[in-house]
Amino acid sequence: MATTPIKKSPAKPGFVYLPLILGWLVPGAGHFLVGKWGRGALLSLSILGMFLCGLAMNGQIHSGAHDILDMLSMAGDLGTGILYFISRTMGWGANLVQITTEDWGSRFIVVAGLLNIISAVDAHNLRTGRKA
Amino acid sequence: MLHPTYVPAVLLFALFASTVFGITQRDTPKRMIRYGLYCFVLFVGSAILISWLMYFIAR
Repeated sequence: MATTPIKKSPAKPGFVYLPLILGWLVPGAGHFLVGKWGRGALLSLSILGMFLCGLAMNGQIHSGAHDILDMLSMAGDLGTGILYFISRTMGWGANLVQITTEDWGSRFIVVAGLLNIISAVDAHNLRTGRKA
Repeated sequence: MLHPTYVPAVLLFALFASTVFGITQRDTPKRMIRYGLYCFVLFVGSAILISWLMYFIAR
């Protein structure tokens, strides 16, 4: 099957990891920094939406690592960047999971963090010119 | 507080995840939309399939 070659944007000088770091801290900000406003807005809406749905479902934000599953969940939660630190400061998601929807909420928050990491790496790829 | 049932929760999850997958895994807007829709259908379809499997296993 024939595929059309995709034009890559040329790499610009400067600190190439800034979109990665900013994209991790604030969902979608990495794309805003490289001028991809539409993509950034959609990513920001999706990641924030998933995170807020998780919180609204009384999902738990992991604060300590007691076993390997807690450790993995906390790594996922940390992916949400500044949202994780704001939530910890405000005491959101500190409750214990008791019903099924609260467990789903916890998974929503973890996945929001993982999606934010994918988004930040994508912003880095745009910045380095690896992706158009 | 939000207490969705199983199907709305799956639809919400699939919508958010497939939007991010579509944008990050493809280069052009047309391919992003197609891949996003593909991921959405796979998420929802696999959830329905696994649900029916669990239903028959539990019987």
